[in-house]
Amino acid sequence: MIMGTGKPLDELLSMLEPYNKIILSGCYGCVTVCRVGGEKEVQLLASTIRLARETKGEPIEIKEVTLERQCDKEYLEAMRSYIGDYQAVLSIACGAGVQFTAEKYNLPILPGINTDFIGVTEKQGVWAERCQACGDCVLHLTGGICPVTRCSKSIFHGPCGGSSKGVCEVNKDIECGWQLIIDRLKMLDQMENYTKLHEMKRWKFSRDGGPRKIVREDMTE
Amino acid sequence: MIVPCTGRVDEVMMLRAFEKGADGVMVVGCLEGDCHYEKGNLRAKARVTRMAALLDIIGLGSFRLRMFNLSAGEGSKFAQFVNEYSLEIAEHGPCPINVLRSNKSASLENIKREE
Repeated sequence: MIMGTGKPLDELLSMLEPYNKIILSGCYGCVTVCRVGGEKEVQLLASTIRLARETKGEPIEIKEVTLERQCDKEYLEAMRSYIGDYQAVLSIACGAGVQFTAEKYNLPILPGINTDFIGVTEKQGVWAERCQACGDCVLHLTGGICPVTRCSKSIFHGPCGGSSKGVCEVNKDIECGWQLIIDRLKMLDQMENYTKLHEMKRWKFSRDGGPRKIVREDMTE
Repeated sequence: MIVPCTGRVDEVMMLRAFEKGADGVMVVGCLEGDCHYEKGNLRAKARVTRMAALLDIIGLGSFRLRMFNLSAGEGSKFAQFVNEYSLEIAEHGPCPINVLRSNKSASLENIKREE
């Protein structure tokens, strides 16, 4: 899922300075699971902002809403009937949700969180990156461990000289991605994948070619 | 507010109490290690710690939110906690929001009288 973290309160309050009547919109998708942009977080953030603003003597009216998803037009439509009564929307969905809301409505749409990465819940309160959406998956060759994401340098030819005892030189808390891959390939008895020559990875499917788009013609009509 | 366990008291409830005009909020739970639901009071403690820190950032003051622990049989201790905490809050004075609200309603009152 897409993971995010809340923005500092000071930053949010400064963004909201010009407004005294806003919508705070959450999303029941990924940001609910990573506990940063769901219904509960909408309630908590709305209450926090109201208290902070009233303490400053500048009260703010906040309509609290949580949409099924902010990355689908149909669900964004739910705000149509009342959005004109407000000056801005503070969205605590991911960056995609914020932008899609902005594409749909002609008023300022403000980001309430920072969108960080595509990841997993390792345990309660701990989320970690697993995918960089590079567009040319090689997980079948690497034992299901992504060299692009798990190797700090995204290299493709095994551990670099900075790997020591399975730990990455970038940070002692990071496991060496390639050590993980080799251990896993050995366990799966697939070490031939490591020694085989492969074609160069097609990076053109990654971010280098600008914003990406998927068109499924069989589904567009 | 009565809940089956302080584990049910979420962060929004604590903040809403201040929005509704509280000068101080006590979260009163069972003794640590004695929770019928295992970790309810410890979860509440973590939430109180987080929200108290937030109250400092907002400018209300972390002293306005506190967790207390006692057993269900300690009625007199409960009364003692309430008395002591309400005295402490009274010494600090009303919540800044409540001061602003009462100033505002007083000035509205004056305007009405002048009319």
